[in-house]
Amino acid sequence: MADMRTPLAKVRGLGSAKDGTMHFWHSRVTSVAAIPLTLFFLVLVISLNGATYQEVRATFANPLVSVLTLATLLIIVWHMKLGMQVIIEDYIFAERMKWTLLMLNSFFTGVLALVSIFALLKMAFGA
Amino acid sequence: MTNVTQKRPLSPHLQIYKFTPTFLMSGFHRVTGFGLYFGALLIVWWLMAAASGEAYFAWVSGIFGSWFGLFVLFCFSWALVHHLLGGIKHLAWDIGYGFEKERSTRIAQLQIVSSVVLTIAVWIIGYLWA
Ligand code: HEM
Repeated sequence: MADMRTPLAKVRGLGSAKDGTMHFWHSRVTSVAAIPLTLFFLVLVISLNGATYQEVRATFANPLVSVLTLATLLIIVWHMKLGMQVIIEDYIFAERMKWTLLMLNSFFTGVLALVSIFALLKMAFGA
Repeated sequence: MTNVTQKRPLSPHLQIYKFTPTFLMSGFHRVTGFGLYFGALLIVWWLMAAASGEAYFAWVSGIFGSWFGLFVLFCFSWALVHHLLGGIKHLAWDIGYGFEKERSTRIAQLQIVSSVVLTIAVWIIGYLWA
């Protein structure tokens, strides 16, 4: 079979980044964790339908609810960052656009994680 | 030297494939994942509203409770249920189950039907509870 590497690739001497397997594995780990956590979150949201503000705050003041919700959000944020990275790499070929979007993916998911942590800790520690 | 950049094989794209249930579910998994990515903002916004105080929480609840808010939440919940079922299917595939031709088609049909049924069930339970 013909050698499919471009002359430029040979000159650059770079191969793959060697982190593909780790990406795949983290995607699977977060998926497995997301199954029970998503179910927990659905039950939580159902149970809070029609609840007053005080009831919502009392629920999130419960350590178990707080920790599980935090776990749900952190796992999902990690999972969606990995997933969006694959989508970007699959469809965006212009280098600058690709790096810009990959960076935005990191910023967006980073902000979501931070805000989730802040909101849940604030409610857990009762301020 | 062979001209590798011009003779590179291209992987076939969407229009090449015959339309099948498995093909559709593959696309749905990506589209729902993409939608959920932005939908996650709703969850975090709601949590932040709850953490912020009663007045702001009431305002955000009003938006979520409007017909448009409920419509968006319904779509989000369907995407979540569908993607969850698809995710479980993917994990089964990863360990080698469910690849047979008839079986995978059956699973794809089951997935679309059950995602709709389960989503409606979730909403009915939610309202019976309230
Ligand atoms: C709000 C929650 C979720 C978000 C935002 C999300 C987001 C995403 C995104 C953006 C992708 C990439 C799609 C693609 O490459 O085609 C993806 C893939 C995936 N998701 Fe999720 N996801 C969520 C929940 C879940 C759950 C609960 C599971 C449970 C099993 C799951 C399992 C998977 C799997 C297995 C893949 C990889 C599929 C593949 O190999 O192509 N996801 N997700």
